[in-house]
Amino acid sequence: MSESQREKDAVSGVDTTGHEWDGIRELDNPLPRWWLWVFWATVLFSVGYWVAMPAWPGVKSYTQGMLGQSDRRAVATALADLKTQRGASAARLTNASLEQIESDPALQAYALSVGQSVFGDNCATCHGPGGAGAKGYPNLRDDVWLWGGSLQDIQTTLKHGIRSGDPDARMSQMPAFGRDGMLDARQVSDLTEFVVALSGRQADRAAVGRAAQTFVDQCSSCHGVDGKGQQALGAPNLTDGDWLYGSDRAAISAQIHYGRNGVMPAWGQRFDEETIKALAVYIHANSGQ
Amino acid sequence: MSQLAKTSAPTPGGSALLASTVIGGLLFFFAALFSDDPLFRFQALIFVAAAVIAGFALTAGVSGKLFRDEPDRYMDGVVKAGVIATMFWGAVGMLVGVVIAAQLSWPDLLYFPEIGWLNFGRLRPLHTSGVIFAFGGNALICTSFYVVQRTCRARLFGGMLSWFVFWGYQLFIVLAATGYLAGITQSKEYAEPEWLVDLWLTIVWVAYLLVFLGTIWKRKEPHIYVANWFYLAFIVTIALLHVVNNLALPVSPLHHRSYSLFSGVQDALTQWWYGHNAVGFFLTAGFLAMMYYFVPKRVERPVYSYRLSIVHFWALIFIYIWAGPHHLHYTALPQWAQTLGMTFSIMLWMPSWGGMINGLMTLSGAWDKLRTDPVVRMMVVSIAFYGMSTFEGPVMSIRAVNALSHYTDWTIGHVHSGALGWVGFISFGAMYCLVPWLWKKNGLYSNRLVEWHFWIATTGILLYICAMWVSGIMEGLMWREYTPEGFLAWSFIETVSAKHIENVIRMLGGLMYLSGILIMIFNLWRTVKLPSVERTDALSAPLPAAA
Repeated sequence: MSESQREKDAVSGVDTTGHEWDGIRELDNPLPRWWLWVFWATVLFSVGYWVAMPAWPGVKSYTQGMLGQSDRRAVATALADLKTQRGASAARLTNASLEQIESDPALQAYALSVGQSVFGDNCATCHGPGGAGAKGYPNLRDDVWLWGGSLQDIQTTLKHGIRSGDPDARMSQMPAFGRDGMLDARQVSDLTEFVVALSGRQADRAAVGRAAQTFVDQCSSCHGVDGKGQQALGAPNLTDGDWLYGSDRAAISAQIHYGRNGVMPAWGQRFDEETIKALAVYIHANSGQ
Repeated sequence: MSQLAKTSAPTPGGSALLASTVIGGLLFFFAALFSDDPLFRFQALIFVAAAVIAGFALTAGVSGKLFRDEPDRYMDGVVKAGVIATMFWGAVGMLVGVVIAAQLSWPDLLYFPEIGWLNFGRLRPLHTSGVIFAFGGNALICTSFYVVQRTCRARLFGGMLSWFVFWGYQLFIVLAATGYLAGITQSKEYAEPEWLVDLWLTIVWVAYLLVFLGTIWKRKEPHIYVANWFYLAFIVTIALLHVVNNLALPVSPLHHRSYSLFSGVQDALTQWWYGHNAVGFFLTAGFLAMMYYFVPKRVERPVYSYRLSIVHFWALIFIYIWAGPHHLHYTALPQWAQTLGMTFSIMLWMPSWGGMINGLMTLSGAWDKLRTDPVVRMMVVSIAFYGMSTFEGPVMSIRAVNALSHYTDWTIGHVHSGALGWVGFISFGAMYCLVPWLWKKNGLYSNRLVEWHFWIATTGILLYICAMWVSGIMEGLMWREYTPEGFLAWSFIETVSAKHIENVIRMLGGLMYLSGILIMIFNLWRTVKLPSVERTDALSAPLPAAA
């Protein structure tokens, strides 16, 4: 069987090669002409492309190509063009104060457009695409501000960040009262009731009474005797309905115990002055301020 | 009488396999005992469990003389096991695919912040490895064992070695899959397993190569059939790719983690040399081998052109190996390397299409079978998807096109037209052929169910790839759009939200494809249950008498 002779296939009229494996034979058809031509065409194209573009490596360098095209140069040019394009409008922001930008409709429109674009890819990761925030990441659309919501305050926060390591970063620390043993578990639980009461909610009166002195001793230096906080220290107001790490007892108690301190990067290290200004105007315009 | 004596001889290799199982099991037991890395212990204990199971099975087999060698018969048991494994892993891998497609549509699904096992990042490699290596790999191993025996007229070489290949490969799959879920990965796409599992696969793969080469060596046919060239190219090249890309130094012999020998752009280039040729030699060459046997066999027509098969084989082998850099366009990879990757990808177009022409033209004189035999239709549509994706690939490798398509869903759509359309359908076709042949049945339980499978799965693929074309081109355009002020118009998260509908359609397409394979499993199971047409007490088919 395996040594069978070449024979004509009845259907196609083409010779077989004479081989057979498990009943499978092969026809002796030539290579399809169009197949061969298209193959040579792709080879020709490739050779042409090698002549035109950087292609084959040598010992020290590579063939540069007759067109002299280079990705690295193209990127440099594109970046320079972008800088020019941005620069023309951005130059108007350079010497304008934040208030001037906000009061000039044309300038403000430009700043808002830049701000929105930059916000989406840099700030939205934590603060959300609309700036509504999430647990641990402040809402930027309301009028509650930890470090101040004026144009200047926002600009400073953007530029230097919060606990970012930048020398001018906004700094403060909420101690981990429970974890570091400054307060025992019962004091933390009493204090939690006290904070709940501060925000005008029902709380265990006895516990609130026991915690009053602790609050004065441990908390009031930052949060104030009345619990209304201090923006200079980034100490939140404990009497309103706005809670960065959650409003229920478990969340409040966890914050007293662990004292989480969020970090915001110093964007001044990444953006130029004009972009920071545009962002400040954008955030300010979209807040409740 | 001599016939009887011959068939009752024990299969060689049983005792040797038992001895190495015991030694290996003990070795891993002590490794688990002395390691202080919980993830390493976890994997070592899987090895121990596998050794215990294998130890009992081998002891029972050797002492009960269950492993009979039948030199005058084909070795079909291991092929049958491979068919079952293929269908099982196919269903698992595709189910995970549907789950992660749903996670992309609804990100909160199965997200547990404290337990990472079901996070998208861990399920994703489980899906890709599950369908490529578990489903595709088992399909390739079992069809290659079947085809090489039939076309060489020789029983598989190596006695128990082919069973070691089968079970060793399943162990590799279990180790890799549980490792991904536990968080073990070296972060190389399609090569995620760490050094320990890589070494195990290397051993299994060398055994596979030995079985295959040994069978070809003792063939009773004067020539080597084209399907075997492709299988051999697949086995040899995957061995090479796997070893080089996974060269790494373990942190310690008792720690799961290792560090790659390559770094930076060299690492990226090695990875994509591997990654693209995994597509080329695993998903293309291997499945072309399948096509070259099952299509002419099923339609009972000669292969269209012997000459074309030789020329496109060598052209494919030579050109594919260079195409990897097209995965790294516009990156730190030097531009000259990108040029070469792109041009070799373009020159790859016709060598790829050689297989399509040979597959389709083999039907000349038998085109009516498209109407009458749904299995033939499945294989023909598979070849059509092969042709489409091997045209789309070179187009996407062109730098200007790639600037738009890279990193978008378009790439995902491209991969799936190849994977679902070509690899999936040709494997389904082969399995639909193999089950009645292996289990000695007149035909399948139901051709109507094959029709259902065909139409549901084909519609699913079309939904999938069309959704991915739309979302891919849309997000590509959104990513490059600038505002008049020279800033990016869309933030990344906006482009993600924009493709929600396409993501849902993709999941539905995948769900349909999964339903198809479940119908198939039911059909094949009922086929096995049908009465057999000949006595099967000999388990395997006899070798044909020598000419």
